[in-house]
Amino acid sequence: MLRKVLYIDLSKEESWALERQELFEKWMGGTGVGIRLLQEECPAGIDPLSPKAPIIFSIGPLNGIFPMATKTVATFKSPLTGELGESYAGGRLSLALRFAGHEAVVIRGQAKQPSYISINDSAVLIKDATSIWGIDAQTTGVILRDRESGVGRRSIIRIGPAGETGVRYAGVVVDTYRHFGRLGLGAVFGSKKLKAMVISGTETIDVPDVKRYKEIYNRLYKTTVQTDVMEKYHDIGTSVNISTLNWLKGLPTKNFLLSSFSEGEKISGEYFAKNQLFRRLSCAGCPIGCVHIAALKTAFSNHHEFEVRKVSYDYEPIYSLGSNLGVGSADGVLQLIDVCERLGLDVMSAGGVLSWATEALEKGLITNKETLDVTLRWNDVDGYTRALENIVRAPNEFYGALARGVDYAAKKYGGMEYAMTLGGNEVSGYHTGPASIVGQLVGVRHSHLDNAGYAVDQKAIKKTMDAEMMVDEIIKEDNSRGVFNSLVGCLFARGVYTEENIIDSLGAVGIVKSRDDLQELGKSIFEEKYKFKVQEGFDLSRARIPQRFYETVSSAGVVTPETVEEMLRLYRKKRGWI
Amino acid sequence: MPESQAEEIKEAEAKPFLEPAEKETTTPEKPRKRRRLKVAHPERCIGCLSCMFACSRTRTGTVSLQNSAIKIQTQGGIEGDFRVVVCRACADAPCARACPTGAMKKRPDGSVVFHKDICIGCGSCEKACLVGAVTMGKEKKPIKCIHCGACVEFCPHGVLELEEVSASGG
Repeated sequence: MLRKVLYIDLSKEESWALERQELFEKWMGGTGVGIRLLQEECPAGIDPLSPKAPIIFSIGPLNGIFPMATKTVATFKSPLTGELGESYAGGRLSLALRFAGHEAVVIRGQAKQPSYISINDSAVLIKDATSIWGIDAQTTGVILRDRESGVGRRSIIRIGPAGETGVRYAGVVVDTYRHFGRLGLGAVFGSKKLKAMVISGTETIDVPDVKRYKEIYNRLYKTTVQTDVMEKYHDIGTSVNISTLNWLKGLPTKNFLLSSFSEGEKISGEYFAKNQLFRRLSCAGCPIGCVHIAALKTAFSNHHEFEVRKVSYDYEPIYSLGSNLGVGSADGVLQLIDVCERLGLDVMSAGGVLSWATEALEKGLITNKETLDVTLRWNDVDGYTRALENIVRAPNEFYGALARGVDYAAKKYGGMEYAMTLGGNEVSGYHTGPASIVGQLVGVRHSHLDNAGYAVDQKAIKKTMDAEMMVDEIIKEDNSRGVFNSLVGCLFARGVYTEENIIDSLGAVGIVKSRDDLQELGKSIFEEKYKFKVQEGFDLSRARIPQRFYETVSSAGVVTPETVEEMLRLYRKKRGWI
Repeated sequence: MPESQAEEIKEAEAKPFLEPAEKETTTPEKPRKRRRLKVAHPERCIGCLSCMFACSRTRTGTVSLQNSAIKIQTQGGIEGDFRVVVCRACADAPCARACPTGAMKKRPDGSVVFHKDICIGCGSCEKACLVGAVTMGKEKKPIKCIHCGACVEFCPHGVLELEEVSASGG
């Protein structure tokens, strides 16, 4: 297995592949290689939307080879936070990259005209995309499917209008239903006039010891399908958490004014499963099928004529476009998810922006003049739909501000105490206690998935944990996820990929690592990422925590600033920063 | 991991997967019933491609989509329905009839076996199969299902089954 980096320069219209064996040996792949390439490629202090800011995709040594190693990581400078941009997507992308023979792809420069990249094994073409510029993300996929080869084994990733107009939290849609959602990769695509990328390949991988490979594969596969390790994901799915967190007072509602939602039952995972779920799908190479697809059927006349849209849902979109906007109907939530899909917006940040704006309008910080008479009111799905469209078009200064995220808008109009971001990123759907807040604040990409602080909170409900124990757990996850994200496995499968299973599966592809090696790698990756963050201006000691977190009761009771401060102090101390 | 779960995993690991090589014993003198792959519930497919990986892993020891005899095709991306393409083990197999050298050879039990060494790579078998179950691999040799059932073992959703048919059954 040659470990190559494919370089594509859009300005020069050139591409070349480089063997980078030592880079992959030292940094494994995925996020480890991603952060190192970002350091090589990204000039300090550069505008994230300038042609000099790179886009990096990377996979790891297990992708395509073992079950549930299905993710690709995108590394870039985030136009939303101005520092580390890191986002993960499933679908068929990692498999397509594997069989095309590229473990990492670096995209530099800016195309002269709207373009898309077509990668077919070692052949790389930059093609004109003028005629599809402005077209929604879904239709773009339909068009490129007809134009390009590799049916059944390719991946098509593309942006919608939000990426083209530079909304700072525009995402990239991957193979329909999967996304590089967070931190604005879509806007970086748009700034490069890059509409899409189509990847397919026909390589065959030989493993060093077939018998051993089969043995490990079978072990992982069977653990997944024949035990209940993955039950949560293939039954009701992640949306099962709506009911759980609603009951635990951990479900952010109406911009975190509340932590439980009176209409929660109507948007619960159980409700979706019973009434709207019609199909489940998988990423290539994963037998779980966690992608839940709902049918949204809307009448468009009185003569029994219907539009039927197929919309994928999960916990986070239901929180951000449901409970946190006071939307108490499954149809309403699906409608808003579908709008984000077409426009190519990150659902979590989009919901965060709308919830802040709704409260700001309610409190009189903005008026109908700013909103152009769009009523931003809890549960007003039509109003929210129009607002999302306006964010992409940015017809006035207000929507232009919303397109830059909650932090920017609140700095301009006020309402900072309920501007629900951590590290500049709109927060995820957990008001579970102090570990969730601290976890997202210290996390390398300010995501709940950096270290799963919310899970630490939930653990602390069952057994008493002091601040230090919680901080230790966060640090452990920070580091170990750096390793898993270098493989690049799906975090849902982290229960299957125990340390022993990781070592064995790496061994089966000829990579020998010890427990200590992996722990050292996890720590180094974390440190490299923080180097980049600090270089780009992130300062943990001065990071803002919205007052609202301390006012609304959480699953762990009212969180006090003292607890959070103490945990942050311990965190910095244990990291050796103070 | 809870103890019950650990036990469950242990139990699952003790259960052997089908070893196709051992089950491929048929003598010309005594034609027995043959086994045939059946797409029992195509609408249950989630598109994970585990069957394709199982096929190339078991038959060729490689990680590959190209080497798989079973094919999961998309129609209009993953928004559309999946199409599961497998060899139907035809009683009067067009692939065997089309083969000019006898490399695709029908056996008394009705199954078709492929002899790589006498194949000239003309691709007639591929053209003869309307279903699209025979495809030419990278070395210009056809990839043909042997109805071993490895894919059945790795389908998480019961899409595939292995059934027994008589020699004349089509």
